[in-house]
Amino acid sequence: MLLSQFLVLAAALFAFGVYGLLVRRNIVLILLSVELMLNAVNINLIAFESVLATPEAIGHVFAIFVITVAAAEVGIGLAIVLMIFRNRKSANVDDLNLMRW
Amino acid sequence: MTFIDWVSAPVNWVFAILGAVVLFSGFRVVTSRNIIHAALYLVGALAGTAALFLMLSAEFVAWVLVLVYIGAVIVLFLFGIMITRAPTGLDEGLSSDQRVLPALLASGVFVMMSWASIDAFGTQLVGSVGEPVPTEIIGDSLFGRFVIPFEVVSFVLLAALIGGITLARRDLSPAEEEERSAV
Amino acid sequence: MVEMSQLLFAAEEIHAGDGGWWADTAGIMLVLPFVAFLLILAFGKKLKYKGGEIAVAALAINLVWATVLLLMNANGGVLDQTTFEIGHIGSGLVFELGWVVDGLSILMFFLVNFVGLVVFVYALGYMKDDVRVDWFFAAFSLFAGAMLVLVGAPNLIQLIIGWEGVGLASYLLIGFYWEDLDNVRAGNKAFLTNKVADVGLILGAILVGVSIGSWDFGAIDFAAFEGAPELAAVATVGGLLLFFGAMGKSAQFPFHIWLPDAMAGPTPVSALMHAATMVTAGIYLMARMFPLFEYMAQNVRIVMIVIGTVTLFGVGLLAIVADDIKKVLAYSTVSQLGYMMTAIAAGGYTAGMFHLFTHASFKALLFLGAGSVIHAVHSNNMSDMGGLRKFMPTTFWTWVVGALALSGIGLSGFWSKDEILATMGEQGLTVVLWISIAGAFVTAFYMGRATFLTFFGSYKGDGQPHESPRIMTVPLVILAVPAAVAGVLNIPGLSLPRLGNFTEWLAVRLVPMGDHHAEAINLGLAAAGLAAAVLGVVIGWLIYYPDKDTQLQRDSFEIPVLFPLLRKKYYIDDLALGIVALIKGPLARLVDWTSTYVIDGLVNGVAGLVKGFGVFVYDTLDQRGVDGVFNGLSAAADGAGSVVRKWQSGRVQQYAASFVAGALILVVLFVFVI
Repeated sequence: MLLSQFLVLAAALFAFGVYGLLVRRNIVLILLSVELMLNAVNINLIAFESVLATPEAIGHVFAIFVITVAAAEVGIGLAIVLMIFRNRKSANVDDLNLMRW
Repeated sequence: MTFIDWVSAPVNWVFAILGAVVLFSGFRVVTSRNIIHAALYLVGALAGTAALFLMLSAEFVAWVLVLVYIGAVIVLFLFGIMITRAPTGLDEGLSSDQRVLPALLASGVFVMMSWASIDAFGTQLVGSVGEPVPTEIIGDSLFGRFVIPFEVVSFVLLAALIGGITLARRDLSPAEEEERSAV
Repeated sequence: MVEMSQLLFAAEEIHAGDGGWWADTAGIMLVLPFVAFLLILAFGKKLKYKGGEIAVAALAINLVWATVLLLMNANGGVLDQTTFEIGHIGSGLVFELGWVVDGLSILMFFLVNFVGLVVFVYALGYMKDDVRVDWFFAAFSLFAGAMLVLVGAPNLIQLIIGWEGVGLASYLLIGFYWEDLDNVRAGNKAFLTNKVADVGLILGAILVGVSIGSWDFGAIDFAAFEGAPELAAVATVGGLLLFFGAMGKSAQFPFHIWLPDAMAGPTPVSALMHAATMVTAGIYLMARMFPLFEYMAQNVRIVMIVIGTVTLFGVGLLAIVADDIKKVLAYSTVSQLGYMMTAIAAGGYTAGMFHLFTHASFKALLFLGAGSVIHAVHSNNMSDMGGLRKFMPTTFWTWVVGALALSGIGLSGFWSKDEILATMGEQGLTVVLWISIAGAFVTAFYMGRATFLTFFGSYKGDGQPHESPRIMTVPLVILAVPAAVAGVLNIPGLSLPRLGNFTEWLAVRLVPMGDHHAEAINLGLAAAGLAAAVLGVVIGWLIYYPDKDTQLQRDSFEIPVLFPLLRKKYYIDDLALGIVALIKGPLARLVDWTSTYVIDGLVNGVAGLVKGFGVFVYDTLDQRGVDGVFNGLSAAADGAGSVVRKWQSGRVQQYAASFVAGALILVVLFVFVI
């Protein structure tokens, strides 16, 4: 197995995530796309770890950290989405343009 | 290594299938017109990723992924979708109309990253699927060298917990505040 | 530049002392009246006589010095000069101030202070309850100070300073009752007439001073006496110019026109300034410059004699037709000044000055008496008077003394006038002599007229006029004394024991005056003069003594053609006014035109230019240029801003897109380019 194949795979996933981030109108779907991107990063980390085989399994540890933080972030993110929905009765990101010029 | 060599190793076939699943799921996440489907497709992508992790000897991480990510985060997402009363059927307005520029940007990102990767790591081989990395090593590392990041991350989780509760709390009317504080 | 030591060396030939401490401190006489001026202005209002006391005190103190110096001069002569150098004019001429003490100046000091003191005391009573009394005494003191500065001047410059000072005081005092515009006009007339003449004075002074390099009188006297060629070159012109200046102050024809009008001032002013002192300044100047005229500028003397003679006779005639008693005395003064000027011009230095001396006392006396009369009847005009000798005996008798003196019948006037006639006879000026004798007749005639109309007959007015208070009659009596007896001071050939005589006193000058003194009385001339005077009185008595129903009827004597001409004052006043109007009209119009078109045009033109420039700077440079630049800059910033601003759409996904794009670019940059 080539290292590059994993990296390319991760890159493609990341690209999908970027696309989703920029295109999706629902805030929840945007968060979903972010998760996709984080996932791609994880793949990268694990792939490199399996090549490097560090004594402390650094790649694995970081992947765990990433997952943990992603979870925390989702929690907060959804709480915010909830508040937005309560105030605006809409989860459409196009409506959230008060900080315009 | 040539393509023939690559194809002839069975482990690469497994990789190809898993990769296809992951990619397809990822693609559907961002293009699905049904919001629930998008969330579920993410489950698929994550599951595929977990399998890939297993291939890469990252057993612990794979199961953590399944437990935490799929088990909790996706559920959380579904909760969020429900609470925000998203239309559960087909919804045309989920994606923006302007797709060209994001597509270009995404392609650019993909091209740049893959080029960099291939250019840098060309024919580097990953070790064959072998013994999974012992959880013991991860544990030692987590409470050894990375104990401070570990603690910090636990703080992050705590903050997220408290923050989430505070943010999502329903605003109480003054009468209810009185009632609650009297108790 | 002639050194003082040289001058004093010359003086030793004249056997004079230096006056000691009194001469050295004589300057106090020049300063005290000015101090009085300031004190009166500061405190005058609070005093009983409104500052008159201060004025009287100042002159009284001055009189001490004057008397002492007079006695010292009589008893051996005093010749001294004290000067303080003030500065330099040009490269050689020195500007000094100080005082000179010699026979001439001592005499004038005494005269000014004595007559001045008497008149001041009189004025305490006369001006009581009048308006602005404190200012009156202040200005009067100012005059006294200026007059003393004039007569004590050691050089021409200080003399001119004093000259202008008395001119100023005269202006202020003539126009004292300025509520009546006529009085102001009279003041202006006096000042302007004097000013025209002063041109001559200043030019003459410059000429003389520059020629020998000094304005000091001693230096001029010396130069004249020694026959210095530099002085001789300018002597005639300089002397003529100086005489021109003297003509104005001493009211010689045709500059006499201001003196009758000057009677608008209060009577004490007329008595002191326009009879005894200020008008004599011109005569004094001629006496001071006598060496110049005696030894060098003999040609000028002919002009002086002619004008002096015309003055003494022609103006004397004007007194015959005057109704205002003060005007009679004013014309009389001019006439007597003519006598003095003619005397000096004829070489009678002592004669002229002696007449000045006696004239001062009796003319002041007559004026004060007139003031007393005016005070009683509240009118200046003789047509409102008559029979006053019953009511005002002191005034009457002192008036008679003065009138007799003036007419030249016994008393001091006789002696001084006789001396003048003698001088004329001596110099062989026969025509002048006969005119002078005729003038004596005229003098007696008009004085007789004035006396008879005023004091004889009966009083035609309402009520009863009363004698003036003691404070006014005592000065009259005091002045009557010198008016009566001063003649003994200069009887020809007679020299009083221990005192000498007037001639000797006056001769104490730096250089010998070279004038001629009679050793004995010329009986022929004396008789002629006396006869003429007596004739004048007799004819006057015949015409004016009889009483009639009104004063105007008494005054109805008329000589056809002559009297109307006299009433019109020979049309001289009209001529002067006409000349002024002629100059004034076209000249004023020319000046106005120049001012409006030339000067204003220039100024307006410049203003227009500046304004145009200002408009240009504002509109073009500032509004369009500078503002345009800044407006353009701000518009550009604004435009750029409004374009760039759109980026801030508030849409997070757009930000994210920008973020990704930026990151891509950076990565490409760092990885592939750098």
